[in-house]
Formats: sequence, structure tokens, C-alpha cells
Amino acid sequence: MDRFISLLITFFRPETLGLLFQAIGLTIALTVIGCVAGFICAFAVVYARQSRSWPALPLRIAAILFVELFRRIPFLVIIYLVLFFLAAIVKGASLFIIAVVAISIYATVYLSEIIRTGLESVPRQQIEAAQAMNFSRWQTLINVIVPQSWPVVLPPAFAFMVAFVKDTSLVSQIGVFELAFRGRELVNQGMSGLFAFGMISLIYFLLSYPLTRLGRRLEKRLAPSRNQRS
Amino acid sequence: MNYTFQFGVALDRLPDLIPGAWLSLEIALLSFWGGALLGLLLASFKTYGGPVTRRLADVYVTFFTNTPALIQIYFIFWGLPDVGIVLSAFTSVVIGLTLNTAAYLCEIMRGGFLSVRNTEMEAAAALGFSRWQQIRYVIVPHIAKTIYPALANYAVVLTLGTSMAMIFGVEELTGRAFNLASENYRHLEMFTVVAGLYVVLTLIASLALALVGRKVFRVKVRLI
Repeated sequence: MDRFISLLITFFRPETLGLLFQAIGLTIALTVIGCVAGFICAFAVVYARQSRSWPALPLRIAAILFVELFRRIPFLVIIYLVLFFLAAIVKGASLFIIAVVAISIYATVYLSEIIRTGLESVPRQQIEAAQAMNFSRWQTLINVIVPQSWPVVLPPAFAFMVAFVKDTSLVSQIGVFELAFRGRELVNQGMSGLFAFGMISLIYFLLSYPLTRLGRRLEKRLAPSRNQRS
Repeated sequence: MNYTFQFGVALDRLPDLIPGAWLSLEIALLSFWGGALLGLLLASFKTYGGPVTRRLADVYVTFFTNTPALIQIYFIFWGLPDVGIVLSAFTSVVIGLTLNTAAYLCEIMRGGFLSVRNTEMEAAAALGFSRWQQIRYVIVPHIAKTIYPALANYAVVLTLGTSMAMIFGVEELTGRAFNLASENYRHLEMFTVVAGLYVVLTLIASLALALVGRKVFRVKVRLI
């Protein structure tokens, strides 16, 4: 017990605590940036993928290939690919930028599948009605499809974002100073691994669990409106 | 951009990568089946158990789904030696992934259990099915059909997740590629080849799982 208390005191020393909060901040920053960038890019990818006109065909093929290939590559391999690719073409790209690019690619791929399923859940007649009223493709998307697919997209998208908090731990492998990396460093400095990783997983839990609960409530609130329509 | 790609050097090492791919599949299979068994136990605790077992399974699932698999393996590999349990990297990874998989598969299986309706059982009883026949011909096929697509999908995700093992020095596909690339510093080409291998590997796995699903369980699974 005394040992545990002395470990607690070492863990919560002001100088280590500062670094810990920095690490937590970086984990949150990576999650938020990845999700926002991923959502925007995913929307663009889905828009390209659903275009039916001839001139847009190469774009469509590129979007399909991008999603279908990267969906089958482990996140860790994506991180390394981005690392070595950026290292080859950009001189002095920071590790943070590399991590952000890798995370955004990963988020884009998975969110685009979620968004696509949502958009395809809107009945065809709605789109035909919009066409009959001379809506452009963009107008149809924004005014007709998106408002109706929202309840279908949001719950799985939210679940993905919650999972994302945990997935960012893999970027510690290239040396980004986030939570998982901080844990390894504490162990390297001689702290008990049992204690250090116990505390780090507790912090991850505290970040992730409230979001999980929020997601479940969101799903319950959105579920009735989804049933009404069908 | 003044980088000359030399895929030749990376492609020459393709035969050396194959054992790594096998090891990846081995880790994935071990943790999937281990996780499926433990998950089945947890799911039956959660659905049919008493208040205590139910609560225990609940805590387990909540904890393991809300912390990263990577940290769980760190804990096993670098934490447990503090109390005298020293495990090899391979064992730590398999145990970590098994525990993590069990939590996710428990949720999938619980969904399957809950999807069996009382009326189905009553119909079977009305047709004179014995208890065993009810389980064999009504419950199991129904549950299998409901959860098969989710399980198949998880198996593929898990195969990709095994790349984590390289962090602990296991020479599976990613780890092997990293070590091989260190001989000539052609990391970019080597990882492109490895990415391709993962794509081929998971495509074959998805295709096989979809065919099994169609033949055995009569469920429509997306072919690719």
C-alpha cells in the first residue's frame, strides 16, 4: 500500500502532471482534427463516388479505389506509408503533421462508408421528386438527401469517433507525444509498468466512456424519428 | 519530388514476407477463436446470468471496449512482469487481442441471443419439437444467421489489427517488412508491397467468409 501511495505521488508530481496533460491534449487534438478532416473528406469522396456523369468517371473510380484499398490496409501500415512517403517528398515534415495526415486518411475511409450507407437509405422516390422539381444534384443532396439521412448517419459516425480516441494510440509508434507514448516513457523512466499502464488506460477510459454514453443516448433519441419514416 | 522508386528490391523479398503473413493469420485465428469462446461465455452471462454475473460481464465489456487494445497489450507485456508473470511477445499479443475481441464479440452475440423471439419457440413446441430439437433446429440456426455477417466483418478487422504485434517485436507481416526494409532503407517500397499483401489477404478472407455464409447459413454477405 505504501508503495502504491509513493507511486501515486510520483505520478502526480507537478512536472510529470504537466507532461501528462500535454499528452491528453494531443490525444484529444488528434481525435478532433482527424474527425473533422475525415468528415469533410469523406463527404467529398462520397459525392465523387455517387456521380453518374461521364466526365466524372475517373474521379468516381479514384474514389472507389481509395476507399476499397485503404479499408483493407492496417492503420499502422497507413501510418508508416504516410511517414515514409512524406519523408521522401517533403523535407522536414513534423511528426504531428504526419500523424494528422495518416489519421485523416483512416477517418475518411471509414466515415465515407458510413455516410454512403446513410445517403443510400433515402428512398429513390425522394430523389426522383427532387429531379422532377428541377433541383440540381447539389441542391438535391443538401436540401433533400442530407436532412433525411442524418438520423441514419449520426449514430454509427458517433460510435466511430468514440473508437477513434483509442485508435490514435497507434501513432505513438512513430514518436508522437500522446497518451500511449507518455505511458511508455514513464515506464522507461523506471515507473512500474503495472501502475503506469493502469493509469493510462484509466485516462483513456475517462475520455471514452462519457462519449459512449452520449452516443447511446443520441441513438435512442434518433431512433423514433427513423422508425416513423419507414 | 526527387525520389526514385525501386520496387525491384522490395518485390525480391516477397518470399521472405510470406511466413510473416502466415504468422499474422495465426495470431488472428487464435485470438478470434479464443475471443469467440470467451465472448460466448460473457454473452450468456449477460443474457441469462444472475445479477452478479451479469454485472461482472458488463464491467468487463465496458472496460475493454473503452480502452485501446494497444494499452491492454502494453499492460500484459510490460506491466505483468512486475508481479512476476513474464510472457513472450507473441503470447502477450494473442492474450491481449483475445481479451479485447471477447468484449466486442460478446456484444455481437448478445444481439443474436436477443433476436430469438418467444413466438418462434412456441411454434417449435407446437410442432412437437423436443427441447434439444428446438435448440438444434430453431435457436442455433437463427442466431448463427443473425450474427454471421458481423462476426465475419470482425474477423477481417481483427486480421488488420494484428499488425499491432510488430510494436512488441513479433515478426508478423508488418514487423517482418520493417526488419527486411532496414537492410536497404527501401521502407516506402516495402510498405507499399505489404499494403498490397494485406489487401490481397483480406480480399481472399472476405470472399471465403462470404461464400461460407451463403452456402452454410444462407445469409447474403457483401462479396468483397
